[in-house]
Amino acid sequence: MNRGEDIAGKLDWVAVLLYVLMMVMGWLNIFAAVYDESVKQTIWDLSLNSGRQLIFIGASFLIIIIIIVIDMRFYETFAYLFYGIILLALILVPIIGKEVGGNKAWIAIGSFSLQPSEFAKFITAMTIAKFIGSVGFRMDNLRNQLILFIVIIIPMGLVLLQKDFGTAIVFASFLLVFYREGMSPFLLIVGISMVTIAILTLIVDNQWYLYGVIVLIFTIIIFFGKRTMKRIGALSAGALLIILTIEGFDYVINNILPVRHKMRLEALVDPNFDPMGINWNVTQSKIAIGSGGFVGKGFLEGTQTKFDFVPAQSTDFIFCTIGEEHGWIGSFIVIAIFVTFLLRVVFIAERQKSRFARAYGYSVATIFFFHFAVNIGMTIGIFPVIGIPLPFFSYGGSSLWSFTILLFVLLKLDAHRSQMLQRV
Amino acid sequence: MNDSRKEILQIVFVLVGLIFLIKLFFIQVLDNRYAEMAEGNAIFRHVEYPFRGLIYDRNNKLIVYNTPEYDIDVIVKDIKKFDSAKFCEVFGMSRVELRAKFQAMKALKEYSRFKPTLFLDQLSNIDFARVQDQMDEFSGFYIQARTTRAYSSTALANGLGYVSEINKNQLDRDKTKIYRQGDYIGQSGIEAFYEEQLRGKRGVRFKLRDVKGIEKGSFGDGKYDTLSVPGQNLVTGIDIDLQLYGEYLMKGKSGSIVAIEPSSGEILSLVSGPSYDPTLLTGKSYSTNFKLINSDSLKPLFNRPLMAQYRPGSIFKIAQAMAALQEKVITPETRIRCDRSIINCHGAHSNEDLRGAIANSCNPYFHNVLRRMLNQGASEDPFKDTRIGLAEWDKHIMSFGFGGPLGIDLPNEKSGLIPTPAYYDRAYRNRPWKFSNIYSIAIGEGENLVVPIQMANFAATIANRGYYYTPHLVKAIGNNNKPLPKYTERHHTSIDSSYFIVAVDAMQQVVEEGTGQRARLADVIVCGKTGTVENAPPLFDHSVFIAFAPRDNPKIAISVYVEDAGQGARAAASIASLMIEKYLFGQTKRPQIEQYVLNNKFE
Repeated sequence: MNRGEDIAGKLDWVAVLLYVLMMVMGWLNIFAAVYDESVKQTIWDLSLNSGRQLIFIGASFLIIIIIIVIDMRFYETFAYLFYGIILLALILVPIIGKEVGGNKAWIAIGSFSLQPSEFAKFITAMTIAKFIGSVGFRMDNLRNQLILFIVIIIPMGLVLLQKDFGTAIVFASFLLVFYREGMSPFLLIVGISMVTIAILTLIVDNQWYLYGVIVLIFTIIIFFGKRTMKRIGALSAGALLIILTIEGFDYVINNILPVRHKMRLEALVDPNFDPMGINWNVTQSKIAIGSGGFVGKGFLEGTQTKFDFVPAQSTDFIFCTIGEEHGWIGSFIVIAIFVTFLLRVVFIAERQKSRFARAYGYSVATIFFFHFAVNIGMTIGIFPVIGIPLPFFSYGGSSLWSFTILLFVLLKLDAHRSQMLQRV
Repeated sequence: MNDSRKEILQIVFVLVGLIFLIKLFFIQVLDNRYAEMAEGNAIFRHVEYPFRGLIYDRNNKLIVYNTPEYDIDVIVKDIKKFDSAKFCEVFGMSRVELRAKFQAMKALKEYSRFKPTLFLDQLSNIDFARVQDQMDEFSGFYIQARTTRAYSSTALANGLGYVSEINKNQLDRDKTKIYRQGDYIGQSGIEAFYEEQLRGKRGVRFKLRDVKGIEKGSFGDGKYDTLSVPGQNLVTGIDIDLQLYGEYLMKGKSGSIVAIEPSSGEILSLVSGPSYDPTLLTGKSYSTNFKLINSDSLKPLFNRPLMAQYRPGSIFKIAQAMAALQEKVITPETRIRCDRSIINCHGAHSNEDLRGAIANSCNPYFHNVLRRMLNQGASEDPFKDTRIGLAEWDKHIMSFGFGGPLGIDLPNEKSGLIPTPAYYDRAYRNRPWKFSNIYSIAIGEGENLVVPIQMANFAATIANRGYYYTPHLVKAIGNNNKPLPKYTERHHTSIDSSYFIVAVDAMQQVVEEGTGQRARLADVIVCGKTGTVENAPPLFDHSVFIAFAPRDNPKIAISVYVEDAGQGARAAASIASLMIEKYLFGQTKRPQIEQYVLNNKFE
């Protein structure tokens, strides 16, 4: 009895508070991004993104209530079923979906459009968590690892078919979950190393500098460790392997790839490349943020975002408005809140008693982290431009709701953590 | 298990946040370039072009002014709920025309949905008033105002000159850095000479604009804005009615009329025939019209009063006479036999004194006078003697303003030519020359060249009995009721003013009983001198006449040069007298002379 009140007491209010705080800040900045002085419109105006975002926020609270009311076993029980449904939806989207901005990723329901790919993240997280949480699951089992990879690669591939590259690579964030749950970091390290080497090959014109640095690093590692012949030999072989890989990349890039593709690749890794063409977005985004200074230009006083120099200024590039109008201080506050929020989610995940809930919690944390890192990283030119939203800040119903669901399902599980079966 | 991994993940989260903050600190706080770039992006310098100064005639009649011109630009992406029926009604066009306009616009190479594109050009004032009230109903359409030069009549095109966009050469040569690409600059005539006074000062307003260049209000509440300062107005000495009348008389003829007020040097009229309608070189049609006018075989852009160099003909005999009197080689009473064996003459006369020789334009007389002047016996060697004499002669002739630019306030004034010893040395390639080689300059033929403005100035100098003010068009600049300082300076000739009475008497005689009788007026004494300048057959001779009136206290001095029109006594004398009559009395009462000028082909 009195279940509602009961759960209210058990909800993690720190997370809820951070969640509300971010949504409100996002809402204000969406208004600032689309604000037009000459047209007398208020933040509530439904013809503006800010007015519509308020509706999305209101709907989020409805979703939260539904999540809280639903039995906590529901998610684990029906995870695989949902997984099947979402795969079906993703297959159907290219056929029955409507096209928005060149992507056929939306399904229209009445006057609103939903993006199944946004919900695919949540459902995949659920499915992975259920599999990891199943009886007798061992991460070091090669078959299990293979199944997990297939579970994330299928929706990832379907999203890629919709040409939504941004959402697709978010699925890579589950690798961090696997790592937390015991997978050998070998794959992760190899993957990251390969990407790093590829990027370095593209950025550094003269690879001899690169070789010099590699030799220096390995020499230092050899010098400070046990200087056994075996270790020295292995490390030297490693260094040689890296150098050969670079040579290989270099050969492919310069001799095999057409110039057109090479330029695109260079633009992807070097934000200073072709600022008025391929990198117009990043250039304008950096100008907007950089012009904010230490304290910013003030609320609604920004020129770069408001006057459309920055593209998608209320969705993927919402951080530009924060940087321009609130300066470094504002950026600091937003980043601090976000990192606090991420740490809180990890904290919540860690205190779960079931392996399912913990794996799910980590999925939530890594998905948010991935969005945070890629989104802000791209606006300040650290990462290539990949169009994914900044959770709770970016304008958009589908993304806000999917993030809300992602978070509140965790909070619901967390509220009942003492009732969960212990299967750690 | 794997407990250290939870810490690694948390460290990664914090680390990424820290990297972001450091990078942000670099681009936001340490690097100022982004703030500058943002300014460049969003702050738009809106230049306010000043009104160019107006130009008036001597009676304060407006000659040149500015007229607003309105274009309708469209930004296609801003068009919303377009009511094409209403649009057609307001702009008075049919649906077919409207569709054609859109199609033509979209076919342009530089067409963009986001940039203002010219849709309708050069709306007249009346159209604009009607359209203005309805503009807010057509979102995406904007009125673009600019000014162009406008003229109260077609008169004085070459004197006024024209204004056009500054070209690359001018821009490169501009050391003042005042001009920018797209600015307008006076290219010829008064517009060019008084560019500095006319142009005014640009104002600047800083506006915020968005990525498509659409204005979003003022920057910093207008605190950095400056207002434009209009250019100074100019008052010319031109009598626009006289000018129009002169152009009317020169219709179908090539040549020039220059009228000067002797007491001030103000130019009363400056007619160059053929001329063109100055309105043709304004606004959008400038470049097409310029090509047309510039390629016209009659050269309407050639400003004959100061650019055409002609041999002066008989009018030069007066200058000869003045120089000879000053050199005391003759007196007014000196009689010389009209010996036509060396040089031909005309009319029935045999042994005239100086006045008679001028009145009858006696060639042998002035041949003899020039010999007396050039060979005064300063040296035993006839070659050296001629040389000394010619140098002396040059000094006198040039003191009338011949042989060099007078310094009128228009660009491209030509010098004419008065041969000097050095000139003949070059011409004869340092072989010796003497009087017998060069005597044709005695009667204004030969190597002499003058421009019409010099001839008018010559007439003014005689009218003033020995001095002149440099002819000039502009008599007042802005609020300063004075011309440029150099135009208030009196230039005296090297001839004693007492000798000029001979010239005045003779010129009166020319009009009253000599070759210039068509120039006679009933109520005023006109003094004049005809000239008939030889032309290469089969072309007709050039018809020349200089005059001033009244004889005492002259109000107008004039030169008329009509190309290929035969004797000076005919076209030129008639035109000069009509101009004098028009100026002194406001109207002409001699329709037969006027008809004679207008209808006679002078062939």
